[in-house]
Amino acid sequence: MTNAQPKPRLTNAAREALTCYLFLLPWGIGFLAFVIGPVAASFVLGFMDYEIVTPARWVGLANYIELFTDDQRFGMSMGNTLYYVLVFVPLHIIVALLLALLLNQKARGIAVYRTLFYVPSIVPIVAGAILWVWILQPEWGLINSTLRSVGIEGPLWLASLTWSKPALILMALWGSGAAMIIVLAGLQGVPQHLYEAAEIDGANRWQRFQHVTIPMLSPTLFFILVLSVIASFQVFTTAYVMTGGGPAESTLFYMLYLYRRAFVLLDMGYAASMAWILFVAVLALTLVNFKLASRWVYYEAEQS
Amino acid sequence: MIREPAIEALPSREIHPSARGRPLRRLLGRGSVQLTLVLGSLVFALPFVWMVSTSLKADRQIFAFPPIWVPDPFIWGNFPAVFIYAPMHLYFFNTLTIALAHVFGAVFTCSLAAYAFSRLRAPGRDIIFMVMISQMMVPYIVTLVPLYLLFAKINWVDTFYPLTVPAFLGTPFYIFMLRQFFLTIPMELEEAAIIDGAGRLRIWWSIVMPLAKPALATVAIFSFMFAWNDFTAPLIFLNTREKFTLSLGLQAFMFERRTMWGPLMAASTMMIAPILIVFFLAQKHFIQGIALTGIKA
Repeated sequence: MTNAQPKPRLTNAAREALTCYLFLLPWGIGFLAFVIGPVAASFVLGFMDYEIVTPARWVGLANYIELFTDDQRFGMSMGNTLYYVLVFVPLHIIVALLLALLLNQKARGIAVYRTLFYVPSIVPIVAGAILWVWILQPEWGLINSTLRSVGIEGPLWLASLTWSKPALILMALWGSGAAMIIVLAGLQGVPQHLYEAAEIDGANRWQRFQHVTIPMLSPTLFFILVLSVIASFQVFTTAYVMTGGGPAESTLFYMLYLYRRAFVLLDMGYAASMAWILFVAVLALTLVNFKLASRWVYYEAEQS
Repeated sequence: MIREPAIEALPSREIHPSARGRPLRRLLGRGSVQLTLVLGSLVFALPFVWMVSTSLKADRQIFAFPPIWVPDPFIWGNFPAVFIYAPMHLYFFNTLTIALAHVFGAVFTCSLAAYAFSRLRAPGRDIIFMVMISQMMVPYIVTLVPLYLLFAKINWVDTFYPLTVPAFLGTPFYIFMLRQFFLTIPMELEEAAIIDGAGRLRIWWSIVMPLAKPALATVAIFSFMFAWNDFTAPLIFLNTREKFTLSLGLQAFMFERRTMWGPLMAASTMMIAPILIVFFLAQKHFIQGIALTGIKA
C-alpha cells in the first residue's frame, strides 16, 4: 500500500481520510440539516409558545406542565397508544412465529404459501387501510357478512368504542409477513444437530421447541420486538385514514393527537414538546428492552 | 454473509421428524399441516380477492347478502370512474417522480457513503458510523415540526423538494445495508487499481458499483417502495390536489366518497398492482434485503 511515489502535498493516509470525509459529506449535510438541527430545534420549541401567526414566545415548562396536568387528550392518546402497543406487539410476534413454524414444514407448494403470507406486508398502507374499511364495514363488509352467514351478528368494528382498536390491530396483524420471513430465516439457521441431540436425550416435541428453538431464535425475536415497539408507538396512518381518531376519540393515538396539535391547530411549540416526550419514552423503552435482553436472549457467538 | 435465495429457494425441512416409523400418524400430520396452510393463506389472501371482486361489481352486487365473490356480469366501469373523481394519472406521475428521486439518492449518495464506511480509513470514521446507526432510532416525528417550519420559511411547502431533497442526502438504513454488502467484496481488485494509480471515485464507480449490483437492486427496490407507500410526509408537505401522491389522493378520495366502494376498490387495486408486479419480478432481492440487515440465517 505504501508506494514510493512522492506525493507533493499530502500523505496517502491523509488523502484517504480526506476522500472518506468527502464521500460522507452528502449524508453529513443531510444529517445536520434534517436530523440534528431539527431535533435540537424541536427541543427548544418545546419551551415556547409558537402558533406561526404570532411570534414565538418563551414559556419555560408551561407546555409540559399543561400536558401532564391539564390536557385530558394527552393522557387519553397515551392510553390508546399503550393499549395498541401492548396488544399488537405480542400478537405480532406470536403470529409471525406461528406462521414461520408452519412455513418451515415440508409441504406441497410451500413457496406459494410463503408468498401469500408475505404479500400483505408490502401493500401500500393507505390502499390497505381503505380495503380494510370496506372489509370491516358493519353491514356489507366481508367479516360481518361471513359472521352473519353462521348466525353471528358482528360488532360495528370501526364505529364501536370497544372494537375500534382491536379492528386496527387485526388489520396490522394482516401485515405480519415481513416479521414472519425474518423468523423463518432465523429458524433455518438453527443447526439440525441440536434437534438430533435433544431427541437422543429423550426430549419431546414441546421440550425441543422450548429448549432448542426458542433460545436459538431469541436474537431474532428480540430484533422484531425492539423494532415493532418503536414502530407501533408511532401508529398513525391507519387511524388517520380509517377512523380519524374516532369514534369518541377511542383511536386517537399519540401521533394523531400530535399531528392535530401541530398541523390543524398550528400549535407548534406544544406539538414539539409532545414529540420530545414520545422520543424520550421510545428511547427509554428501547433501553429497557436491551437491559431485559440479557435475561432471555441467547447469543451463541459469545463463546468464540 | 450474503445469501440470495428466492422465497422458493429457502430450503424446506421438517423440524420435528418424530413421526418416523408411524406412517398413519405421519400422514395425518402432513394432512393437517397442508390444511392449516390452505386455511391460513386463504385468510391472508381473501382481502385481495375481495378487493378485486368488489372493483368489478355493480352496486347491487356490492351490497348483497350473502356476499357475491364472482361478479355477474363483470363491470369494468369502476376503473374509468375513478378518474372522474380523482386525477389518478397525476397522482401516479407525481408518485413516480418522487419515488425515482428516492431511488437515485439511494443508489448514488448512499453507496458513496457506504464505500467510505467500508473501505476508507479516517480518524473518527467508526464514531461517525455509530452516530449514523443511532440516527435510525430517532422517530421521524421529532424532526417533523421544525422541518415543516424550515421548509415553510424557504417556500418549499407544497413543492416536491421536501420529499426529494432529503432522499439525495443519504438514508442510514440503505447506507448500512450497502456497507454490509461492500464488506463482503474481496479487496484484491481494488488494491490492483490503487497501485495502478486509479482515484477512489473511479474505483467506487467502475469496480465496486458493478460488483454491488444485487445489493443496489435491493436498495433501489426498498427505496422505491418506501416512497410509493409513504403517507406522512406528503400529507404534511403537499397542499394542492394536483401535486398529491397516490397515497394522499386515495385518502382524499375515500374521505369525500366513503360509500363508493366500486371505484374505491378499483383505485386501491391500481395502487397495489405496481407494487405486486415489482415484488414478483424481484422476489429474491426482498429476501436478500433481510439477509443484508444482519439477521443472518
